[in-house]
Amino acid sequence: MSAAPAAIERVFREEYGRLIASLVRRFGDIDIAEEAAGEALLVALERWPADGVPPNPGGWLTTTAGNRAIDRIRREKLRDTKHQAALMIEDDTPHEPTGPVEDDRLRLIFTCCHPALAPEARVALTLRLLGGLTVSEIAEAFLVPETTMGQRITRAKKKIAAAKIPYRVPDHEDLAERVATVLTVLFLVFNEGYLSTGDGAPIRAELTGEAIRLARILHGLLPEPEVKGLLALLLLTEARREARVRGGQLVPLHEQDRGGWDRALIAEGHDLVRECLATNRPGRFQILAAINAVHTDAPTATATDWSQVVALYDQLLRIDPSPVVRLNRAVAVAELDGPEVALALVDALPLDGYHAWHATRADLLRRLGRSADARAAYDAAIDATQNSAERAYLSRKRGELVD
Amino acid sequence: MAQYLMAVHGNEEQYAEIDEATMQQMFTDVDAFNKRLMDEGIWVFGGGLEPADTATVVDATGDAPVTTDGPYLETKEHIGGFWVVEAPDLDAALKLAADASKACQGKVEVRPFQPEPPAA
Repeated sequence: MSAAPAAIERVFREEYGRLIASLVRRFGDIDIAEEAAGEALLVALERWPADGVPPNPGGWLTTTAGNRAIDRIRREKLRDTKHQAALMIEDDTPHEPTGPVEDDRLRLIFTCCHPALAPEARVALTLRLLGGLTVSEIAEAFLVPETTMGQRITRAKKKIAAAKIPYRVPDHEDLAERVATVLTVLFLVFNEGYLSTGDGAPIRAELTGEAIRLARILHGLLPEPEVKGLLALLLLTEARREARVRGGQLVPLHEQDRGGWDRALIAEGHDLVRECLATNRPGRFQILAAINAVHTDAPTATATDWSQVVALYDQLLRIDPSPVVRLNRAVAVAELDGPEVALALVDALPLDGYHAWHATRADLLRRLGRSADARAAYDAAIDATQNSAERAYLSRKRGELVD
Repeated sequence: MAQYLMAVHGNEEQYAEIDEATMQQMFTDVDAFNKRLMDEGIWVFGGGLEPADTATVVDATGDAPVTTDGPYLETKEHIGGFWVVEAPDLDAALKLAADASKACQGKVEVRPFQPEPPAA
């Protein structure tokens, strides 16, 4: 059986997080792990097309990369550098206990999302080391020059090594806070894919897919309510992705073709939300997932249980009383109590620089027949977003206004 | 084990306005924290510094040393004191820093020392 390079790279990408995580555990050095993984890929590209893909590609890559890392450390030991790394070969002291859950990837996620690292570095490192995305792919996704992203990642790896950021799942007392950081990173990665902030592709399925894959890993290893809630939220949102853009235009929830929603993802998301409800320890992501469950449960937009949505937003406000949550609540209030009530709520929010605030105002003003005000609000919304699909939708709605 | 610098950064003007009782409490808390570091065998060195306006900067990178009055940085916030401690990793150091910050009622910056060069 021969294998094409593209297929080999796909296997490699799938195995990358596990591979890097096991090498980091064994050799205690991220750079050594990445270089050894890269060398193992080169060997695979050389051998697999001739010999066929081995029955356990992940195990093969781990063994090959491990041997390459040892070769490299021996060479460097001869040159009398990297003393500490060289010690790893002989050091057979057992690893210190690593917390409640034993998994190399889980440890690596917590290392990448350590609060001592800058938030943007956490996202980048997670995508690099666990998602196997290249620096240029990450730079492209976050619209920064490749050199900037490269420096950001290099700096973070240097800090991990120099400051000795530990490679382990945090102690029980720190766990809740640290899990929250990890979930926020995965949510950011997903959101950047779901409605890209830049002027490139409006939706980046590779980022939403990666966030879901990492959330699944995290949920498999640490099935806590908020982890469950985040996974459910991502699945229920992803289920609507295909129906969300048509002809280069964003399609708002009430105009979406519900037949185009992914029923398998919705069913899985609903199951997770039910598990959350049974646990009854609501958190931010669980409530957001529940809101999405209400939307995906309704056969038509008009059949949506808006009072349930408003009640869930009220619950969310008690945890997160931010203007953005108030804005989203107001959208549901408009369906329940009418656009006039909602507009009063929206106008009171300090969100002048936020495109969704202008877009919401524009829609409410349109429904109230205040065309001139609506037109100005659409203009402000269009100015405030770079996303091409969103701009196209807003321009169409603006054009439909009658005087 | 690694060594970390825990430097206390604070606004000296604000420090000067702290009342006597608060100041006494701070001295007591810092003494207790120091004793704990020594008891646990992780104390390397530490101490409070005189105010930044007692500092002098010497620059001998040119032909002759130039001596100037005052701190190197003209800012409101200055290092008021510091500890050097031993810790197995950053998480352990950050926990110590949280206790240090509480004791001295200031912001604490944690920085790793470069590792000692290996013995020849």
